[in-house]
Amino acid sequence: MQDGRSNYHTGQPFKQFSKGVRTGLPVAIGYMPIATAFGALAIKANLSPQETVLMSACVFAGASQFMAITMMLQSADGIQIVIATLFINLRHLVMSMAVHHVVQSPNRLWRALLSFGITDETFALLTLQKTRTKTDSSPFFAAGLIGIAYSSWVAGTAFGSLGSRIIPLSISAAMTIGLYAMFIGLVMPHVRRSVRVACITGISMTLNTVLAPMMDSGWAIVISTILGASFGLLWKETAM
Amino acid sequence: MNSTTISIIVGMMLVTYIPRVLPGLLSDHYRLPKAVERWLQNIPYAALGALIFPGIIQGDTPIVGVVGGLTAVILSLMEWHLVLVMAASILAALFTSWFM
Repeated sequence: MQDGRSNYHTGQPFKQFSKGVRTGLPVAIGYMPIATAFGALAIKANLSPQETVLMSACVFAGASQFMAITMMLQSADGIQIVIATLFINLRHLVMSMAVHHVVQSPNRLWRALLSFGITDETFALLTLQKTRTKTDSSPFFAAGLIGIAYSSWVAGTAFGSLGSRIIPLSISAAMTIGLYAMFIGLVMPHVRRSVRVACITGISMTLNTVLAPMMDSGWAIVISTILGASFGLLWKETAM
Repeated sequence: MNSTTISIIVGMMLVTYIPRVLPGLLSDHYRLPKAVERWLQNIPYAALGALIFPGIIQGDTPIVGVVGGLTAVILSLMEWHLVLVMAASILAALFTSWFM
């Protein structure tokens, strides 16, 4: 039996799950401060701690959650936030294909459950392991990895949203720059390595600067994103 | 809880989960057209560009955004860890606003 499917029937689910938890630990640790920052920022955008934790528990997508809060601060409409979220997370289509190619789920129900936990980081860990053993393609391994990452995201959000009450106002105002810093920190390493990425980012910044005074800032972001990504098709080189 | 906020959360959950789950429900061998895949891969870079600018300089004191932003650009080009980039940028912004 070569394929991972055999693990489901004959393997050791608990061992595979706990190996997944250990493998996912770096992501869980990395999520903590970001989730805490998200929790604190959401309170600043007038969400209650309950709503903030609910968003992390239901959505589990860092960039789009930060984006939603930014758009709420810029008083965008709900529909604009949902559409922008859709476009930002369409990339998970591609990542999900790669994950389901690697993880040998026994049926569609397993795939539907594991799909909820696909983020940039869990995708990277699940698909880009240097050496892959039979255990690493077990659905229990994937469940452990996703489980620890998800728990950290939700717990960190709760911590940040409750802790924001004791964070002084001047510091919480400066936290707003923290979210822009996160976006910059995410995109700059790619900008440095690829002329295509640099042009896409630059074009969409320029478009947004031109469009923002002419319409709601939410729609300006959505239109700039779609046009910027389309502009990038002028390059033949593929991303990653 | 505020019902507008709840509907935004439910809407975000749906549009986030659908792209995640679709490939798992389809046949194992289905692949998107190459051009669509490339377009999808471009989305994060375009979205981040639009999110960063001009929002970063539209706070109460634009110079705080400029200093915090430049700090983040320099440190992330030096490949600092994301959390350190965020921390340094917040410190730079706090320091600047202290002089304003």
